[in-house]
Amino acid sequence: MSSALIEQQSGKGAGRYARRRAAQGRPVRLASQSHNPANRRPGWVTYALLAIVLAFSLFPLYYTMMFGSSTQLEVAQAVGRPPRWLPSTELVNNLHAIFTHHQINFWKAFGNSVLVAVVVSVTTVFFSTLAGFSFSKLNFRGKKALYVFIIATMAIPMQLGTIPMFIMFTTFGWIDSLTALILPSMVGAFGVFWMTQYLSEALPYELVEAARVDGASLFRTFWSIALPASRPAAATLALFTFVGSWNNFFWPSVILRTEMTMPLIVPQLQGAFTGDHALVMTGVFVVALPLLVVFVFLGRQLVSGVMAGAVKG
Amino acid sequence: MAPTSRAPRRVGMSQRFSRWDVKVSPYLYVSPFFISFAVFGLFPILFNVVVATHTWHRRLGQGDFVGLDNFAWVLRQPEFWTSLQNTFSIFVISTVPQLVLALVIAAVLDQNLRTRTFWRMGVLVPFVVMPVAVAMIFGQIFGRFGLVTPLLQDLGLFTDLSSPFFQDRLLSHVAISSMIVFRFTGYNALILLAAMQAVPRELYEAATIDGGGRLRQFFAVTLPNIRATMIFVVLTMTIGGLQIFDEARMYDGAGTAGGRGGASDQWLTTVLYLFNLGFGDWQDRLGQAAAVAWLFAIVIVFFTLLNLFLTQRIASKEGRPTRVSRATTKALVAERRAAAAASERAAREAGVATVLGTASPTGHPDALVRTPEGSRR
Repeated sequence: MSSALIEQQSGKGAGRYARRRAAQGRPVRLASQSHNPANRRPGWVTYALLAIVLAFSLFPLYYTMMFGSSTQLEVAQAVGRPPRWLPSTELVNNLHAIFTHHQINFWKAFGNSVLVAVVVSVTTVFFSTLAGFSFSKLNFRGKKALYVFIIATMAIPMQLGTIPMFIMFTTFGWIDSLTALILPSMVGAFGVFWMTQYLSEALPYELVEAARVDGASLFRTFWSIALPASRPAAATLALFTFVGSWNNFFWPSVILRTEMTMPLIVPQLQGAFTGDHALVMTGVFVVALPLLVVFVFLGRQLVSGVMAGAVKG
Repeated sequence: MAPTSRAPRRVGMSQRFSRWDVKVSPYLYVSPFFISFAVFGLFPILFNVVVATHTWHRRLGQGDFVGLDNFAWVLRQPEFWTSLQNTFSIFVISTVPQLVLALVIAAVLDQNLRTRTFWRMGVLVPFVVMPVAVAMIFGQIFGRFGLVTPLLQDLGLFTDLSSPFFQDRLLSHVAISSMIVFRFTGYNALILLAAMQAVPRELYEAATIDGGGRLRQFFAVTLPNIRATMIFVVLTMTIGGLQIFDEARMYDGAGTAGGRGGASDQWLTTVLYLFNLGFGDWQDRLGQAAAVAWLFAIVIVFFTLLNLFLTQRIASKEGRPTRVSRATTKALVAERRAAAAASERAAREAGVATVLGTASPTGHPDALVRTPEGSRR
């Protein structure tokens, strides 16, 4: 036990005393000495390890940005290393080339992706909270069976519905329309499960009963009591749904033809900029960027969402 | 309640509404999910039976009823079996390092860190990078002039001009697995971290008093206590890890002739095979694709159950309440195995065929070390 650690935990005087004892060759021990991770400050090795993990997390993005900052020639000359080590103004030229290319309509794709992700997130949160309120606070016959059924549907692989849904949507005339992306994902089993779990803990029965005694209808109770109470979980659910919808690639590639979403731009890049890896990677960077910007602001929320889900799930 | 003296009729109305409200509204509130599931979940699954038993084309629509011919056709395709092998190969190569790394990162994060939210966010960054973008970036990194191939060529490990990560089957699986490891390790680490933080701190104090070092504490205290979460993580990995599509499709950039899973199907996954069959540029076999969906669903459900079974067995052994020292356990198990093998040999020599272990009285070697569940959960 080092005297520095004792000084950190028990104050200067204790540190001085510990050093004196150590100088006399007597054993030095902290009264509350333990490996309890809750109160022990980790050493630099821990931070070095975390820095390495962080470097691995960010490196692919950095690598992509370096491609975006290079000319085609620089990329061709770089073998076994990134074409540059620092970003350059070439990035602006490459971005310009991407945004003005006739085959790629970034803003259209961006708008579509935002529209789909926002609508899907809002409806998912609303319907999930409504169902969660019903499952956690209301009594009705068959409640338990219905809830178990919902959980069970999560185990069904979604590929099972791909082909028939494609045929259905062809009949409905929904191929190449955003309707086909929005309608099937307006509410999901995970959301219902998530909100039910949250509301059963976070919303006291007394509040619901008080609202009922005051003569509020059930929907009024939901709207003014349950919905505000569910805000933290609802925000997390919205975030997860948004990310899921934004990154979804499989279903849009099945259903869309001329309409675009952000992930669908990526397969087009190779065709639009044949052989010019600088431009292709600039395109990849632009496609990946929006969610990273969102992450800077809402990452904290996402972290607590992931960790909260673990304890319940 | 509305004031009763002034408007008695309206009270009756509102009471009737109230009764109706209490009875019907709960069902009304859960109905959106069930309506959505009926239309976009249940009906398609039932309809998939029809599609799988007919010839069916994107443009021509429904053809003749062919019974189980589509299934027979799929089972005869070497691509189908290749795709299943690839899927499992990628799954195994990505899952094991992911779990180990996630445990290590979670253990490192489970300390009294400064700027703890910063590190947690840093770990979660890859999770929000679009999968298709990850695939393109890693395709570049593993490409001919990327970071890995020239390095290995300098070391003299590869002599080919082209990147072996796009030629060799196993190496392409390694590359695709690395994308999955990149994207999900941090996410799983946070889930495991949450579980670790729920472990009572007194257990660590007790372990310290008993003289257990940090490594010993990790194996003897942390791991047994987070076993439920580990099962959860492994199960989600199974369900997600078998349905790989984005990474496999975009690994080679999906330019001209790309996106099909490799020139000789090196990294063709089953979902990508389904996609190619149904929606590929040169294929139009919706009936067969529907059959693939059925076969694949069976495989996934089977594997999820198998995994659940295995992880629970392993975890319940890990979490046994009375602890025997590892050396003792090993010695006992070895002794049992030896005894079982010996009796097996004896039986075989006597001309009696037995299954390994059944000849010994205690049967399975684990029977010795397993003690009744109790103290936990």
